[in-house]
Amino acid sequence: MSLLSTRGLTKSYAGVTANSDIDFDLPMGQTRALIGPNGAGKSTFVGMISGRIEATSGTVSFAGEDISPLPAHKRIAKGIAYTFQITSVFGGLSVAENIALAARRQLGTAAPAKVAEVLEQVSLADRADQTARDLSYGHQRILEIGMGLAQNPRLFILDEPTQGLAEAEIDAFKALIRALDPATTILLIEHNMSVVMDLAEAITVLDQGRILAEGTPAEIHSNADVQSVYLGTEHA
Amino acid sequence: MRLFSRANALHLGLIALLAALFFTLPAYHTGNLARIMVLAVFAMGYNLLFGYTGLLSLGHALFFSAGMYGLGLAMHLGAATPAPAFLAGLIAALIVSGVVGFLALRTTGVAFMIVTLMFAQAGYLTILYFGSYTRGDEGFVIQQAQRSLLGIDLSDDTNRYFAALILFAAALLVTGAIVRSGFGRTLVAIRENEQRATMLGYDVQRLKLIAVVLSGVLSGASGAAYALLFGYAGATFATVQYSIFPLLWVLLGGAGTTIGPLIGAIFMFYLIDYASGLTNAYLLLVGVALVALTLFASQGIVGTIRARWIRWLP
Ligand SMILES: Nc1ncnc2c1ncn2[C@@H]1O[C@H](COP(=O)(O)OP(=O)(O)OP(=O)(O)O)[C@@H](O)[C@H]1O
Ligand SMILES: [Mg+2]
Repeated sequence: MSLLSTRGLTKSYAGVTANSDIDFDLPMGQTRALIGPNGAGKSTFVGMISGRIEATSGTVSFAGEDISPLPAHKRIAKGIAYTFQITSVFGGLSVAENIALAARRQLGTAAPAKVAEVLEQVSLADRADQTARDLSYGHQRILEIGMGLAQNPRLFILDEPTQGLAEAEIDAFKALIRALDPATTILLIEHNMSVVMDLAEAITVLDQGRILAEGTPAEIHSNADVQSVYLGTEHA
Repeated sequence: MRLFSRANALHLGLIALLAALFFTLPAYHTGNLARIMVLAVFAMGYNLLFGYTGLLSLGHALFFSAGMYGLGLAMHLGAATPAPAFLAGLIAALIVSGVVGFLALRTTGVAFMIVTLMFAQAGYLTILYFGSYTRGDEGFVIQQAQRSLLGIDLSDDTNRYFAALILFAAALLVTGAIVRSGFGRTLVAIRENEQRATMLGYDVQRLKLIAVVLSGVLSGASGAAYALLFGYAGATFATVQYSIFPLLWVLLGGAGTTIGPLIGAIFMFYLIDYASGLTNAYLLLVGVALVALTLFASQGIVGTIRARWIRWLP
């Protein structure tokens, strides 16, 4: 059964159609990579799923329910966690408080145990009391991923989580995602092909606001269309 | 948990200090302090919205005067006794802040400032319009005979000081508890990054409305207490000046600190008091001092102390 489906999802900005008529299904428990060249419409697509961006038309269903009429916070509360392409943390608050805010909505007074667990998971325990804006860029991105984990999401949407991370940090990220509960469904926007090939069970390729191809990593890797618009430029 | 107990110790210590000051300071200063404590409650209400939630209102005189006139008119026209009249003040502030919050929160940033300013201006004009009841700018006196609660004459200096202290203490402990609660920390999250708070699943709009109403009711409690303890209600308290005062007190004392509002109100009161004794152009002196403080301690007095020395200050 799919945890997430979209039908006819479309976004037009004045002049630009960022997404047109996207039908998409993500089975429960799968790790899906969403790839495509810059400006393909990836962030717009996940923005419309999470409710951050209002769709021009089309529907989004989550766990069998049409969530299209719901505002963002209600969609998130249904079990979606979202990390921004441009890091978005609570800069003036401590690392621990950032994670606590993510955990507290669901867990209330039981949040502290979850915070401690997540701090270990993302290896930020020794920086728990630091102010988030004083962290390095890489650590801020890791923190944002930790905020996602603290929500125990059913669907975890990550918009280019490894952008700007060092090699070692990318390896740590891969290990982190692999160690997650296999029941967690993941939608991962990613430019780094090694991350995609290592983590993804299936890949969707977006180009100019449309789905160009969908399949296993091996299928996508050998797809001629994909190579011409996307992989070709990376692997040339 | 240590934060919890240290913060409580600070608040209780401050309340005890204020009680002790009554017996050590000359009457002139205790009279001032009674007034300042009541106005500090106004500042604390303002701080909840501005300092913690990050919403800059320019219309809080409306909430202050809703409380003031809610109590004042109930006593003046309705011959109510202080307790139900105080409740009327709180209810007036609750309704007014609920309505204003509901409408003004459709806007953000500068538009929010302007809309709140406009509502407050409309409130001021309403008070003038119903001048036959409110006596407009001239205002009305609440008779001393009426101002007695449980047989205690609130116009007496000692009783008034301790009534003001009780109100201040209650407001301090309540705001202290709010800002340390999960709810209060979510308000801070909204201040820090509203979009992120939404994308963590918080209903930001609803939380902001609750913040406006809590802020409005605290401000109204201050207005009601002011009318009750000092026996006067007038439209001056609904002017834009009284929307700017709490902003200045909070900025001076330290936005987003629990004791900053009191410190800011004391500082500004005595700054004006001192400067007006020196020169007729005292407002100029006050302005220079405010600019200096903003330049050299931009987080206010308590905010600067927290940033530089005492990190745990609530
Ligand atoms: N707010 C906006 N107003 C107008 N056009 C927009 C807006 N946001 C995105 N676009 C346009 O929509 C298209 C898709 O943008 P989107 O950010 O979804 O692409 P992306 O695949 O995430 O790209 P990248 O890999 O660079 O992150 C682009 O042409 C972009 O310029
Ligand atoms: Mg993008």
